[in-house]
Amino acid sequence: MSEYSIIGKPTPNVDGPAKVTGEARYTIDMTLPHMLYGKLLRSPYPHARILSIDTSAAEKLPGVKAVITGKDTPGGKWGLWRRFRELSDQQALATDKVRFIGDPVAAVAATTEEIAERALDLIEVDYEPLPAVFDPIEAIKDDAPMVHEDFPSNINATRHIEWGDVDAAFAKADYIREDRFVLEAAHPCAMEVHNSLASYDKGTGRLTVWTSTGSPYFVQQNLADALKMREGDIRVIKPHVGGHFGGKNSTMPDSVNAAILSMKTGRPVKIVFNRDEEFTTTEHRTAQHMALKLGLKKNGEIVAFEVKAMTNGGAYTGLGATTLYLTGTFITMPYKIPNYRYDGVRTYTNIVWGTSIRGFGSVPGKYCSETQLDRAAKDLGIDPLEIRRINAVAPGYTAPGQYTFESCGIQPCIEKMAVRVKEKWPKIEQDEGIGYCAFAYMTGGIFNWIDTPYAYSSAHIKVNWDGTVDLYSQAADVGQGHNTVAAMICAEELGIGLDDIRLHMGDTAHAYTDLGAWGSRETLMNGNAIKDAAAQVKQKLIDIARMKLGENIAYDFVARDKRVFLELRPERGVSYYDLVKDAIRHNDGVPLTGTGHYTPHNKGMISPAYAMGIMAIKAKVDRETGHVTAQDVLVVHDSGQIINPLGARGQTEGCIHMGLGYGLCEEMPMDQGMLLNPEFVDYKILRTRDMPEIEIMHVPTYEPNGPFGAKEAAEATIAPAAPSLANAIYQACGAEFFSNVLKPEKVLKAIRAKEAQNNATSQAKK
Amino acid sequence: MKQQLNIVVNGEPRELFIEPKTLLVQVIREHLGLTGTHQACDSSSCAACTVVVDGMAVKSCSILALQVNGREVLTVEGLAQGPNLHPIQQAFIDNWAFQCGFCTSGQIMATKALLDENPDPTREEVQAQLDGHLCRCTGYNMINEAVRDAAKRIKAQKETANSEKGAK
Repeated sequence: MSEYSIIGKPTPNVDGPAKVTGEARYTIDMTLPHMLYGKLLRSPYPHARILSIDTSAAEKLPGVKAVITGKDTPGGKWGLWRRFRELSDQQALATDKVRFIGDPVAAVAATTEEIAERALDLIEVDYEPLPAVFDPIEAIKDDAPMVHEDFPSNINATRHIEWGDVDAAFAKADYIREDRFVLEAAHPCAMEVHNSLASYDKGTGRLTVWTSTGSPYFVQQNLADALKMREGDIRVIKPHVGGHFGGKNSTMPDSVNAAILSMKTGRPVKIVFNRDEEFTTTEHRTAQHMALKLGLKKNGEIVAFEVKAMTNGGAYTGLGATTLYLTGTFITMPYKIPNYRYDGVRTYTNIVWGTSIRGFGSVPGKYCSETQLDRAAKDLGIDPLEIRRINAVAPGYTAPGQYTFESCGIQPCIEKMAVRVKEKWPKIEQDEGIGYCAFAYMTGGIFNWIDTPYAYSSAHIKVNWDGTVDLYSQAADVGQGHNTVAAMICAEELGIGLDDIRLHMGDTAHAYTDLGAWGSRETLMNGNAIKDAAAQVKQKLIDIARMKLGENIAYDFVARDKRVFLELRPERGVSYYDLVKDAIRHNDGVPLTGTGHYTPHNKGMISPAYAMGIMAIKAKVDRETGHVTAQDVLVVHDSGQIINPLGARGQTEGCIHMGLGYGLCEEMPMDQGMLLNPEFVDYKILRTRDMPEIEIMHVPTYEPNGPFGAKEAAEATIAPAAPSLANAIYQACGAEFFSNVLKPEKVLKAIRAKEAQNNATSQAKK
Repeated sequence: MKQQLNIVVNGEPRELFIEPKTLLVQVIREHLGLTGTHQACDSSSCAACTVVVDGMAVKSCSILALQVNGREVLTVEGLAQGPNLHPIQQAFIDNWAFQCGFCTSGQIMATKALLDENPDPTREEVQAQLDGHLCRCTGYNMINEAVRDAAKRIKAQKETANSEKGAK
């Protein structure tokens, strides 16, 4: 018998029936009586001073109920880095100047979307175009235009990380190689665009906002800043969310302007971005330059590593400053690196800003470090899997001042991979190769830039007389399946069934704080809070069972299969439902509740726990066309105790989809700050025919910080996809890549460069 | 000038007066309030809005409502028989074939059209039929498995129905 009755069992999505019947309501599906439609007028210039705005013609258009510009807004600035007020740099509508193509300058509310759009055409804005800067290396030059006046050299954030004696270690290294990389931006491409519905009640001065977000709490806090209101007067509700992928952490101008327009008109206002706005004005994965220096011993042991990153931050901060920090840490994982130095700079530029997209901090960096490691291994004549094994960390490993891996299954993952690869791919054909990448990722971040005074996660449960449980939390299911995980954890702890649980999630008015779905935090952080709440109720039930059964205090009780019984004598027990009735009736009707919370303490700078593993991709290259095919993917994953194998598989497959897109086809080319492919016709995400089959194996560990030993499964496997692919092509034909997006022209160029190099070498030998 | 539109939606005859430029997706979502059909792009390139018109999978954003005048439209809301989910819906749930669920109704309706036409598709045939359907969550493989699982369920259902008929 398994230790658990629910945890670890493949469990269909609790939102399944709603999502397959069309009953699931997303913000975009909602309307309210008397509702108006809002639209934003956006800057056509990457950088310009606003001289004047004339809204009079727009105001006169029949059906238009309000037209606002920056001066009509409460003027509060906001950002996720709220603790550092200077980085609260977003605003509802630009007041003095615009900083990227798409910066909003005015907003309209009208009776139909069409009228609102026509009104935008009637607004006259007089701009004085300013010189603009688009590249981080240009941005830090002395004569570069300043994106924000109070940030000299356009430096938005810097980060230095160092341990050991890096210079001394390089001096002693047997082998050193340096590589420079340019990483392309990528868009999260959630299927549901950003959209919000705001309803302001003039009588009470209270605001309700429904929005497609990953964190109702962040939106509530940011709205309070933007609107200069009390947080308690703002209720944020997250209905079903049509995809997040890190692009829905920041509060965006849709919710803020919908709120302001609702205040002005006294009517509910809905703002929905179109797909063009979604691509051109919402957050993406940052483009960046990286320089890596790696020092090894002859046997392949890493002795020193130095990383420099310069990220193209764009016009605002978002979570980009956090991404910058994590770039410097995830790039070291999961390897023993005794001497390490990182310097990262995030620059403001005149483009839409980059932030915390899925696997944030790990995706560009791991591309660089893992392709570099393969080249180093080849130079030293070491097998690529072996060099990863030699350097992989063991449980308890600490990177000084940064992080500690408590549970850690990387070594067994690599061993399992070595065995499975031989079985799975016994023969490699011409122009085929196998590429590897080892990886690790946080299970929830220990960061408090939002400056919350509350627990990182809380949950509250109320048990009804019939034994049904109402579970309340602000935690956000954004498609990753957290609702299912939450119900499973609650049911397991109480020893009841999933059908006993009713979820009330993602509403700031009804639930205590949870910081939302980012950094793979919900399973561990919200899971711990839920488990804590349920454990409190369970204890009350056990106390009653002990009284009823008159048991010796030395006996331990368990709650399982809808009973509370003696662990050693399971026949002695009481029905859960009877206990609940007794607990309420015989306690003067006092509600049977539990309130749990979780905040990490003494767990380093990043996370309480890390999922990790190794990926292998078998790929083929066509030397004539440069076309690359990812044929087969194999992942060995340490995710701790898997809560829901179905959900974990879904997350891993989704990560690989997005990660392969990063490696094969997703890019955001811009010309003078203008995005050239703002539609799915031109921005290519992988389609079903492009997807290889994926085999996922697990190395279960028990994570002491996770609920039931669980770690994250939502993000770790995105970063390894692109480097595994690039390494497979490197193994197949020797072509080296210093940038992601292996489009045929880039691959051909790399093949030709390799051929030229080989010819030169053979000429020299002659 | 508004024009009359007569369509059967999920088995119910509907009579509407609409502007000729109205798209089918607008009639479905805005006029009839059937919000299970979603739109994820403005360029007819995501297929999230797929519905079934007279047995054919159609992107409802790419067709005027008046073009389907007199026809039968099936949306995701019309698939379940009372409280019983359609085998495709159940297969999507059991195979974790959706995450955020936003593109799901389009995937399900395309599957309906596919399985009506080809009751036993291979992995490649499913890929071919669903290739235009963008999904950012799943990586598609679990959708593909759900479609083939649905095919098996429908076949089993038919066999049961036939043997029951035979018994009578």
